Amino acid sequence: MAKRILDIIDLKRSFTVGSETVHALKGVSFTVDAGEFVTIMGSSGSGKTTMLNILGCLDKPTDGQYLLDGVDVKGLSRDELAKLRNRKIGFVFQSYNLLARTSALENVELPLLYNNDVPAEERKEKAIKALESVGLGDRLDHVPNQLSGGQQQRVAIARALVNEPVMILADEATGNLDSRTSYGIMALFQELNTKGKTIVFVTHEPDIATFSSRTITLKDGRIVKDVKNENVRSAKEVLAAMPVDKDE
Amino acid sequence: MNLIKLLELAGKALMRNKTRAFLTMLGIIIGVGAVITMVSIGEGSKQSIRSQLSGMGSNMIMIRPFSTSTVGGGARLGTTGLQTLRLEDVKSIEEQAKFITDVSPSVSTNAQAIYGPDNWPTQMQGVAPSYLNIREWKLSSGMPFTDDDVTTSSKVCLLGQTVIDNIFTPGENPIGKVIRFGKIPFTVIGVLEKKGENTFGQDQDDIILAPYSTVQKRILAIVYIQNIFASAIDENSSDTATKELTAILRVNHKLKPNDDNDFTIRTQVELINTISSTSQLLTVLLTAIAGISLLVGGIGIMNIMYVSVTERTKEIGLRMAIGARGRDILLQFLVEAILISITGGIIGVVLGVTAAKLVTLFLGWPTLVSQSSIILSFAVCAITGVFFGYYPAQSASRLDPIEALRYE
Repeated sequence: MAKRILDIIDLKRSFTVGSETVHALKGVSFTVDAGEFVTIMGSSGSGKTTMLNILGCLDKPTDGQYLLDGVDVKGLSRDELAKLRNRKIGFVFQSYNLLARTSALENVELPLLYNNDVPAEERKEKAIKALESVGLGDRLDHVPNQLSGGQQQRVAIARALVNEPVMILADEATGNLDSRTSYGIMALFQELNTKGKTIVFVTHEPDIATFSSRTITLKDGRIVKDVKNENVRSAKEVLAAMPVDKDE
Repeated sequence: MNLIKLLELAGKALMRNKTRAFLTMLGIIIGVGAVITMVSIGEGSKQSIRSQLSGMGSNMIMIRPFSTSTVGGGARLGTTGLQTLRLEDVKSIEEQAKFITDVSPSVSTNAQAIYGPDNWPTQMQGVAPSYLNIREWKLSSGMPFTDDDVTTSSKVCLLGQTVIDNIFTPGENPIGKVIRFGKIPFTVIGVLEKKGENTFGQDQDDIILAPYSTVQKRILAIVYIQNIFASAIDENSSDTATKELTAILRVNHKLKPNDDNDFTIRTQVELINTISSTSQLLTVLLTAIAGISLLVGGIGIMNIMYVSVTERTKEIGLRMAIGARGRDILLQFLVEAILISITGGIIGVVLGVTAAKLVTLFLGWPTLVSQSSIILSFAVCAITGVFFGYYPAQSASRLDPIEALRYE
């Protein structure tokens, strides 16, 4: 049996806005095993973002249990959460969030700076390896504004991979990209998944969900659908089948 | 995260905004530059006053008779009429005092110095040969008188330059000549080096030195002495020497524990301190003004750091999301602030030292760049960086990563 990465039991999260209490998550339970590629779907207001923040250890649940790679997140301090994010989660954001005027290599090295287990000498080597694995081995010294959107997102993915996390957490990672580049990024995610990476992908695009092996749909703070995708599309094939844009 | 990496990060962050970093530094640069220049001007003037005073013999201690006893209807006696100091006191000091190198009695009197057709009113001071050491006074020609001259009360003397200028024709060698002081002939055996005016404008060269015994017996016909001059082994032992002298003289004068001293002891160090304290005040004032500009510079740093934190909220959010702890963020911004203030400090030191040199060069004021002022202003810089950088850095470290990430 595959190792359990996420174990979520009756998770609740409520916010107090003025005198009213808003229940963003009203009791969510699911598990994710190592090697899965899960998309979390939902329209705005479904509790998707709240879910993402909790999964990313940026926020803590009001009630219920969240085990990440066997660690109970509840009761951890701010510093311990930071360490957990550093070691176990690789974030990929919609707007890439690369440091401006900073080379791709240094951007990828960033998580290693906060990881005391990686000696300084190994940082560069690891960062180069991560950039090579996303196909940017020849762009090490480029700064973000010398890179296309797709390339920037690849740098961000390399940054997410560099600390060898148990899970990659993507937040609308293709939201800012045109469909062709999106498929390229999805192909990269699929490739990483076949190499054994666990991926949790939060999105509102149903099209993107077809590339994952499982889709969880949230609505009004509850899971309304949790289905295995029997017919996973290959992003690589879709990309190959696309007509080449004449403008390019 | 180690210090080198932190410095590198901070350096890069500052290089992204060169102009802003420089303008922020400018406050510190001017502050430190001003402190160093001002302190060096103050120290310079203090030093020059001090060296002028040490010319008088900075270890010199002077003992004068003093009395609280009264005569007649309660009038206090002046010092000249007092006969409490004796040659025995000088002998006791010579034998017992450990912190005294030289000691000399002193008696003086005024009369006309006469040579050929010229005469000049001057003072003759009767002293022991050691007096020259005490006053750090050298001869420009001739020989000093000796202990033998004292024993025999010889009529020999050393002339100050002013006396020579007034009674000898220019170019004439006074050595070996016989002059008259009042009615008594003295053979000139040496010429005192020119000392110039002292701090109070008195001409120190308007004097004739002779053996004290000669002045006591042949001119004044007295057995007591008017003053005792002594020198402490070094400037720092003046206080100890004063205590020692007090003890010796009290025993000699058979004073009871409750009696007041019948003498006063003055040290040159006291005088130096009195005068130095004036220029000390000046230094403090100048430093205070310069310190204020350093404070203003510090506030400038704080302001820019707050702007920087706001501007880079998203970066902070990202760093937190990928595992930076609050402490890491705090350190990052703190090191940036310290880097600004220390770089500014270094430039300021260079500027201040240059300015001090220019002041000496163009205005002719004495300046002294002391190491302590450099170290001090540098330390103040670092503290300014920490102090004014801490609050912005702390506010950065307390940001909520979720909100910081979504900040536009």
